[in-house]
Order: sequence, then structure tokens, then C-alpha cells
Amino acid sequence: MTIEVAGVTKRFKNFTALDHVSLAIATGELVALLGPSGSGKTTLLRIIAGLEWPDAGEVRFDGQDALARSVRERNVGFVFQHYALFRHMNVFENVAFGLRVRKGADKLPEAAIRAKVEELLSLVQIDWLAERYPSQLSGGQRQRVALARALAISPKVLLLDEPFGALDAKVRKELRRWLRHLHEELPVTSVLVTHDQEEALELADRVVVMGHGRIEQVGSPAEVYDAPATAFVHDFIGETVALPGEVRAGALYHDGRPLGLAAAGVPDGPARILARPHHVDLAPPGTAPFSGRVRALRAFGPTRRADVEIADGAGTVVVEAAVPLDLAIEAGALVGLVPRAYKVFPAKA
Amino acid sequence: MSGAVSGAHAAASEGLPTGAARVDAARRAAGRPVHTEPAAVRIALTLVALAFLALFIGLPLVVVFVEALKRGLAAYASALANPDALAAIRLTLLVAAISVAANLLFGLVAAWAIAKFEFPGKSLLITLIDLPFSVSPVVAGLAFVLLFGAQGLFAAPLAAWDVKIIFAVPGIVLATIFVTFPFVARELIPLMQEQGTAEEEAAVSLGASGLSTFFRVTLPNVKWALLYGVLLCNARAMGEFGAVSVVSGHVRGLTNTMPLHIEILYNEYQFAASFAVASLLALLALVTLVAKTILEHRLAEEDT
Repeated sequence: MTIEVAGVTKRFKNFTALDHVSLAIATGELVALLGPSGSGKTTLLRIIAGLEWPDAGEVRFDGQDALARSVRERNVGFVFQHYALFRHMNVFENVAFGLRVRKGADKLPEAAIRAKVEELLSLVQIDWLAERYPSQLSGGQRQRVALARALAISPKVLLLDEPFGALDAKVRKELRRWLRHLHEELPVTSVLVTHDQEEALELADRVVVMGHGRIEQVGSPAEVYDAPATAFVHDFIGETVALPGEVRAGALYHDGRPLGLAAAGVPDGPARILARPHHVDLAPPGTAPFSGRVRALRAFGPTRRADVEIADGAGTVVVEAAVPLDLAIEAGALVGLVPRAYKVFPAKA
Repeated sequence: MSGAVSGAHAAASEGLPTGAARVDAARRAAGRPVHTEPAAVRIALTLVALAFLALFIGLPLVVVFVEALKRGLAAYASALANPDALAAIRLTLLVAAISVAANLLFGLVAAWAIAKFEFPGKSLLITLIDLPFSVSPVVAGLAFVLLFGAQGLFAAPLAAWDVKIIFAVPGIVLATIFVTFPFVARELIPLMQEQGTAEEEAAVSLGASGLSTFFRVTLPNVKWALLYGVLLCNARAMGEFGAVSVVSGHVRGLTNTMPLHIEILYNEYQFAASFAVASLLALLALVTLVAKTILEHRLAEEDT
């Protein structure tokens, strides 16, 4: 089922949660809505589900107006952030709920419900927990119950709100792969909300990066990581070294000095030079575009990091650069920084 | 005062050990005794507490039963079989049944609205729910007299329809409902607020209607707290004296509830009969206490 969101705006009192958001999702896709808290990603998910209503804009499923239908009628599988399992029902009854509340012609006989629930429980690999209550389950098991319960109504759209948010790192990784596998087995279009970039990049076909109620970029995981469309995306995804500068006629300057770095297509004015730490090389201070004094050195897993203080106008900025393990360097030394690969964005006024 | 509140405490301390709990754990780990006071002090304090309980709570309760049975079982039975006593018992049961049912409904609706929805005037409603607890029952009774009495605000229309409220059963029911209103709502609001709306949202997303969401999800989640509130509400409804005394008119065999009947008998120096009826109320208190303990146990279990 395709999902189209067109010009959706949502305000909560004075806070604009979504500002003219448009997005098209193809059948069978797994899309991640990625952004910091307050970026509007959960609100967008809840609007697609029908748990929230937009102030303006449209939502269409397969070209049909979804806003005309309530959450009850949308047949959308929703996995809640803290699972929202029915605490007074055991696992079996939790999963059976969506089948038991059906009325009239859709009502299934008990045997059919039983068969369907058993099939779902073995699909999510927890058939041995059927008699347990939610309070007796681990986080990962609750997550599987929540998923089985959402799948019981045979949804064409599966919406997941921070599905791994409450789990520890190891279980999270395991479930992530398993969910990806499950998505491929089922005929569903999935949308997942997360603030964890690793999760989004590993799991999704396409990543929608959101910030301040707007979509900053939509692209494959490789695209949003390697070719961030905005400074926000560059900052948010992966690690970023931000160097100060100024653009004059397509070339970069710093403190009035030309840097010998190109900035084609960027309007004149103050700019931010953004690079991944491993794309910034250390060099002798005289020849490099930037030079500064090493303030501190830190061991950081397989690499080291140096805080380098660079003069910028009247003040200074501190940037964090990656230092190869075999390079002898001490705090207080003067080093040069050469951004090998970088992107230039106009600095915010 | 409520099981739900103490339950919430238990849940909170389970997740994050409180300061005292951590100190205790540290002491135990160090192999030293947990107690800070010498044994003599602990025993003395316990004895003082027990003596106080026995003197102020145990003894009066025993006295009620002793006085009731002083003239023997036959006198006890005949005191209860007295037509006026029977009428008082019947009226008390009727009033309690109506007001508990009404407050079960009102309390559930009010708690549901407050805990699950945002609306203007919500904080005013929360304050109003507590009003019956803070106002003297006599004042509440007088308010009803001023509204529905012979000189009251609604005196003319009531007279026109020939409806009698004050000095009649409807007035007693109204006063009792007013006085016992907070019990159910107060019990449910914190629990429902803590549970949030996620389970209801899950239910509707799975295709449940509003009604079936309420009966399959919302109600089962609060059933023990609801029963607890009903129990307290019932105990107060049967025992209420002040508000009922003002609106009842003390018509023997007609508008006397058990507490009012006890007072009349006592004032007429019929001590044995008075205590016989009083023993029934005391018995109700004991039954309530046992049921309350069982429910608190269930509530604590639900929280874990």
C-alpha cells in the first residue's frame, strides 16, 4: 500500500510540530523517520495512523483519502513506544484482541482465532510465552508481543514508534535484523520512527531526516550520510567537524585569508565548512588552510581525538579532529588541519 | 489514605531504591545489624503503639459488643427485630445501595474524563471533587435544606409537582451521595493518570469501538481500585450521620437511618437496644476492614 502525505501541518498551541510536510512512500518500503526529539517525527507517524489529526494537509493510502477514516477503520498495525500491552491479559489474549473485537460478518470463530494467534506467536518466536502476562516478560519479549498483536489484524501498513527505544544495546541490534527480515517476509509497507541514526541507517530502505517540524532530506542511508543536503543533516547524522569560513565568489576565506578551497554554488557570506572527522588530515601548520593549538588529546576506541583551538575573528573556535595512532603529537603543539572532503553551507545569520 | 497511592509508592521504590533502602542494603552487605535502636527501645515503642491502639480503637469496639449483649442474646435479637430498627436497617441499606451505585457511575465518569482527556475547567473539577471532604457534613445537609426545603430555592416547583425531598428519603439519598462522592473518583484518578491512554489507543488501532475499549481495556485495568473505592464509599454511606441528620427529620420508621436510630435510642436511655444496632454498624466496619486488606493486597500485586 502506498502512503502519501501532502502539505501536512500540525500545531499544538504555540508549537508547530509539523510545517507543510510532504512525503511519498512506495508499497513494500521500509522508511525510517529520523530526527531529534521535538522534530515532529512521532506526530507524523500518529497522523498517518489516525491517532492525531492534522490542522491542514492530506494523507492518502493507495490514493484514497485516509483522513476520512478513523484509526479504527484504517487497519494500520501500530507498535507503541512502550508497547502498551494490555496488562490484564496474557500474551495470547493480547494478540487475539484485534480479532476478538471484530463485529458482524468479520467475526471469526474461536478455532480460527486460536490458529491465527498461534501462527503469529510462532512467527515472532514466542509461542512458548502464550500464557504469560506482560509484567512477566522481558523488554525484547514485550516488543515481539506488541508486533504480533499489531500484525493480527493483517495490516497493509505497519507503523512503529521507537520500537527499540526501551531495549538494551545488544537486544536492540538483534531485534533490528530480525525486524528487517520480518518486513521482507510480510506484504507490508513499514514506517518506523527513531532518534537513533545507526538504527535508521541499518534498517531502512529510505531515511527521512526531520528537524523542527520539517523534512530536511529524504534519501537512501548512503545518500543522507555521504551527501547531506543541509547543515542540519550533516550535523545530525554521523560525526561532524565544523570549521568557520567565508565564501567570496565561489572560494573560501578565513580571517580574510584565502584557504585554497573551492565552494562552488554557495552564496557569498559567512559559511560553515563541515567535514567528517576522518576526512580532516593533520599537516604541518604553515601550509594547511587552518592551523591551531592542540588543547587536549583523548583516546577514543581505535582512534585518538584532538581538540584544536583555531583563531576566528576576535575569538577562537575549538574543533575535534581525528589523530592517527602512530602520529606523535602533544597537547600545546601547533598543528595544521586540511579538510580533504567537505561540504560548505551558509552559516545561519 | 488510598491503596492506589501506596501502590504507586511501592512501584516507584521498586525501580529506584530510596535512600533508606540503599543504606539498609549497604548495612546488610557489611554484615552489621540493620536496626539502629537498642532492643529495649524498640520493644517499648511497639508496646506504646499497641497500648494506644487497644485503648482508643480496640476497647471501644469491644464495649459496643459487650453493651449490646449485656441483657443476653434474646434481648439483642428483639432489639434488632423491633419494627423501627428494621425500618432503619432497611432504609440504610436502600440509601447505601442508591448512593454507591450513583457514585460508582459518577466517580468512574469523572475519573475517566480527568485522567484521559484535556479540557478547560479540568483543575476546577478536580478541586470540586474534593469539596465534600473539606466541607462539614452538617453544612452540606443545610445546603440541601436551603435548596429543597419548604422555604428553599426550589420550594415552589417542588410543591407544584408534589415532590418531597427534605425530611424524606430523596433528601437522605442526596446528602449521602454528596458526602461520599470523592471516594470512587479519588481512588481512580491517580491510577488512571498513571496508566495513561496508550492501551486505549492500542485498542482502537486494533479496531475496537469506544464502548468495547472501555469494557475490555479501561475498566479491567482499574477494577480492584474501583472495588476499593466502592467499599470505602459504602462504609461511609452506611455510617453517615451529620448531613443525613439535618435533612432526615428523624421520623421514626420512615426517615431514620441506622446511625440516627442509634442516637434516638441512646437519648431515650435504651442502651441495650442502641448498642445492638450499633453493633451491626461495627460489624460492617470489621467486614470492610477485612475486605479492604484483601483488596489492598490485590492492588499491590497488580502494581508489580
